[in-house]
Amino acid sequence: MSVDVLERPVAKKAQPAKIAVADCDIHPSPKSVEKEIYPFLEKRWQRHLETYGMIGRQGQQFGPAYPKGQPDASRRDAYPPNGGRPGSDLQFMREQHLDPNNVQLGILNPLRGGQALQNLDFAEAYCRAVNDWQIAEWTSKEPRLKASVVVPYEDGALSAREIERRAGDPNFAQVLLLSRTGEPIGQRRYWPIYEAAAEAGFPVAVHAFGYGGNAVTGSGWPTYYIEEMVGHAQCSQTGLTSMVMEGIFERFPKLKVILVEAGFAWLPSLAWRLDKLYMRMRDETPHLKRLPSEYIREHVWLTTQPMEEPEVREHLLDTIEWIGWDRLLFATDYPHWDFDDPAYALPVRVDAARRRQFFFENALKVYGLDK
Amino acid sequence: MSIIHPGAIDCDIHPAVPNLQALLPYMTDYWRDTVVQRGIDALESISYPVNAPITARPDWKPEKGRAGSDLERLRREALIPFGTSTAICNCLYGVHLLFSEDMALGYAQAVNDWIAKEWLDREPKLRASIVVPLQNPELAVEEIERLAADKRFVQVLVPVMGEMPLGKRIYWPIWAAAERHGLALCIHAGSSYRHSVTGIGWTSYYTEDYASNAQAFQAQVTSLICEGVFSKFPNLKVVLAESGFTWLPAHLWRLTKFWRGLRMEIPWVDRTPAEIARENIRLTLQPVDGPPSADAFERLMEHMQSDELLLFSTDYPHWQFDGDEVLPPGLSSELARKIMVDNPRNTYSRLTETVT
Repeated sequence: MSVDVLERPVAKKAQPAKIAVADCDIHPSPKSVEKEIYPFLEKRWQRHLETYGMIGRQGQQFGPAYPKGQPDASRRDAYPPNGGRPGSDLQFMREQHLDPNNVQLGILNPLRGGQALQNLDFAEAYCRAVNDWQIAEWTSKEPRLKASVVVPYEDGALSAREIERRAGDPNFAQVLLLSRTGEPIGQRRYWPIYEAAAEAGFPVAVHAFGYGGNAVTGSGWPTYYIEEMVGHAQCSQTGLTSMVMEGIFERFPKLKVILVEAGFAWLPSLAWRLDKLYMRMRDETPHLKRLPSEYIREHVWLTTQPMEEPEVREHLLDTIEWIGWDRLLFATDYPHWDFDDPAYALPVRVDAARRRQFFFENALKVYGLDK
Repeated sequence: MSIIHPGAIDCDIHPAVPNLQALLPYMTDYWRDTVVQRGIDALESISYPVNAPITARPDWKPEKGRAGSDLERLRREALIPFGTSTAICNCLYGVHLLFSEDMALGYAQAVNDWIAKEWLDREPKLRASIVVPLQNPELAVEEIERLAADKRFVQVLVPVMGEMPLGKRIYWPIWAAAERHGLALCIHAGSSYRHSVTGIGWTSYYTEDYASNAQAFQAQVTSLICEGVFSKFPNLKVVLAESGFTWLPAHLWRLTKFWRGLRMEIPWVDRTPAEIARENIRLTLQPVDGPPSADAFERLMEHMQSDELLLFSTDYPHWQFDGDEVLPPGLSSELARKIMVDNPRNTYSRLTETVT
């Protein structure tokens, strides 16, 4: 008996109408702390939370020091129909964001992960719980999403322990810090974090915000939320300065740093300034072997949201060229109010290869997911 | 240097108080006694360590004493080589470091009288800034009123980092006095160290401390615009000195974008921050902090969206450039003329007034 193999028409996969997107800044929230975080938090810390709350370096017991411009800093349409906070419902996130925007990789950045709690033991316990929660409620259910290892970053040793615990776990893509640390983020107390992250192969993402106890400007506390918001870019500039001048890229050569939601157009000016100052005063920092701009070019990436918007749109192309098209990682900041829609985020036309880099390939590379 | 224009106006030079003794003749009896009795021997800021490379260019550094403390050298090194017709003295003595408001006024008065007598009286090309005790706005206004009639004082001088952001209303009486008298407000690099120079704490290295001035200037631009200083004082010109300027376009892109999203919080800001900045804010040339290539520098100047923003400065005796390379490559002759002559004239109304 002979078998005739018949050619059968195979249903062709529909071409996605939109370019593949990696969204490097998505903010998940628990539906409720009791329901979703408590299962991973010891009884002692549950009681502690109920008795004392989450005490950090700001005076407001509930909510941010500067009231946000929108409730929960969120899009009005991002509240899940079944209740809960924006960013707390996976199915709704799929329907509203992941599917229609063709997000094939989404990086979860929990902002209320207990990272900067004053009580370091509580911070450690809470961070660990949040990391377990990200697996249980998000990454195990949705393969497009990757979690961030949140750490009690004011204690380098505790943070390193949590990073080591998560090393090699494909649920996690990176380590997450907030930019407003208690001391400049390149200083020694934070080195165990960089050492452990480099060892584990995790990039270290530094997301704008947090409260480290220092005024957001070198001249004290401003009056308005808009000033605080803009001010995170300055804090991130001084943070990057600290990382470079302390020599963390010399000490941990495999380290990758991703600056998240802090803007990017300021980078060329900062790098030119640092190069010049380094050349003037290199006897002060002999642990550096190369120009600041060279460390930055090799070790630093930046997410794009909120996208810079020059009056003359083409000016942005100069800036991106100075930074490098391979250094920018697209992000939407879903579900927050200043969300960047991938359809409109790039204000200028660029060729298809660059669009692919910008929206997708750079992210795959930095997270080592391109192999 | 072929594009140097005759009649250049240098908007940032730093005559140095050689030592505290030099100020004693200009102090009231009370403050002179205080200095002697309490053994106060200096008021130097860590913003400019005496021997740090930034503080004094090697060939401008005397064998003994402080760079910038000798008028004859200043003529030879800062005025003649650049064809300077007028230079504005920003004395960076550490008045802003003091915690006593009265002592700050006592020192500020001494510095201002010293600069008038020892510099302005002796060199007609020089102009100066009024040092004010920002620690107490009432006293600051008093000092402005005391000196306003002397038209050789062309602006009010404050450090970029103080106790509070400069847009805050507590400072408005000072800005009102400046506007009333046709004085610009000059915000200069340096801190009173009431806060860490960064929003994330005290730095390890002086390099970082100096670098952070650029971020502090960005924050002050934000504060002045968002608080509505220019809505209230539309004729006030603010000069950012030794600030760097290449950060300005990116900062205005961001501030303008956020203003679109959050303007309900600051309804008195009725134009884009970029527009307001172009009308009211100026920046001195040095340090340039620019790209190495002339081509990139030209593109950067386009990003500035105006050829009226920059004011010529040498930042003498600080080490920002070598030889006579004060103008960055990529500057057209036309733009050089604007920076060196036209823009300063349009910024300082007092420069064109008759000196009495």
